[in-house]
Amino acid sequence: MLLLAAGPVIPTFGGGGSSFSCERANRLFCPSWVSHNWGSVLWPALRQHVELTLIAVAIGFVISTTLALIAYRRRWLERPVLVVTSILYTIPSLALFELLEPVPGLGLSRTTAEIALVSYTLLIMFRNTLTGLREVPPDVRDAAAGMGMGPLQLLLRIELPLALPAIIAGLRIATVTVISLATVASLIDNEGLGAPILSAIANEVFKTELIAAGGMAVVLALMADGVLVLLQRRLTPWTRTAI
Amino acid sequence: MHNFVEAFKFIGRNGQVPGGPHLPTLVHLTLETLKIAGIGIAIALVIAIPVGVWLGHVHRGSFVAINLGNIWRSLPSLAVLAIGVAVLGIGLGNVELALVVLAVPPIITNGYVAIDGIDADIVDAARGMGLTGREILLKVELPLGIPLIFAGIRTAALFVVSTTTIAALTGYSGSLGDIINNETSYRLSGVLGAAICIALLALVVEFSLAGVQRVLTPRGVKLAAGDDFGVSIAPVVTEPA
Repeated sequence: MLLLAAGPVIPTFGGGGSSFSCERANRLFCPSWVSHNWGSVLWPALRQHVELTLIAVAIGFVISTTLALIAYRRRWLERPVLVVTSILYTIPSLALFELLEPVPGLGLSRTTAEIALVSYTLLIMFRNTLTGLREVPPDVRDAAAGMGMGPLQLLLRIELPLALPAIIAGLRIATVTVISLATVASLIDNEGLGAPILSAIANEVFKTELIAAGGMAVVLALMADGVLVLLQRRLTPWTRTAI
Repeated sequence: MHNFVEAFKFIGRNGQVPGGPHLPTLVHLTLETLKIAGIGIAIALVIAIPVGVWLGHVHRGSFVAINLGNIWRSLPSLAVLAIGVAVLGIGLGNVELALVVLAVPPIITNGYVAIDGIDADIVDAARGMGLTGREILLKVELPLGIPLIFAGIRTAALFVVSTTTIAALTGYSGSLGDIINNETSYRLSGVLGAAICIALLALVVEFSLAGVQRVLTPRGVKLAAGDDFGVSIAPVVTEPA
């Protein structure tokens, strides 16, 4: 199954001159290309990727938390929300981006990318938040009500804090999912870490760029996951012994 | 709206563009997509089910099994494909490798969690009745673990179908993703038509697997869980929290 590239490929990306022999030979990884193109290609792509992710996760968080809070009080809402968000979640990213593109006012834009990315966060965060709220022990709720807390106080001071581990777990999955799918979004808005990957493919399969951008996407996702684990430990110190 | 009407006409013409050259038919590309995805998921199942189920059976390796799942979620499929292309070159080998890499971890994690989490009293009772370890695994643990094991398989299958189409972006030709990657030949209506087909394919795969799961789940487990057909799509959260 191992397919070797047929003969040396000369990428047009690395510029000319003998100092680019590694790029010309299209070796697996040329550190010099990375250092030359960090400021002009890789760093901007990384920054855009983080921006895309933060916007999508923030909007998705607001929508899904709101829906979960309503569904917590109005049980009938749970099923329709789950059905719709499950279907959105099931649609492969490549298809969803393309389906949104011809919608008037969207086109090849960041808005299109963000709408698709947000739609992938909803199921995960909605379900986790709702489950977290439902799993608050009834005894605790009763005790709080007995202490004279109203519904709002109960929600803010008892239910939400106790649901926090589940909420953050959802946030974590949603974040890495968005980081992953944002690479595909480059097809639509030509930004983020997918952009250098696509241009490397178009550019005679330039390996260094593939490995650099692909590797950065993987590392970014791993780091985001790690940061959210730390955040969770910070915010919910009482769960620490449970592991 | 015009574009969507044209897209359905494109599907009706089985993927041909009027006045254009003869192109691979939609049916052909759909079957190819299913074949590529099917090979990937089959290899992943052969590797992951025994490992996950065995780890759960002996209650060992929780750290590996759980964290594998967490790391898997962090792997962007396009990035895995891109690195694969750089190392192996463009071809079916690189695509299948990426599919297996992405499909194995969720199946292992869910297989582990499914078997490991079975009520110890039930296993004790089975042992008390004189069942051997093998019999306990096959007659008690596996049937009870079906819902979670299948959740892993369905998550993986969804990911594999999606990634198969994304493979077109990395130069591999032969799936429905080709159409999306080739707007010049297929025009916007063709691209849209292909997107509709991909979305439907994913839904069909998901519901078929849900159906298989329903058939395989023992009646007792179904009754206990409250039969919830169709809404149980998507990843089961196996967080320690």
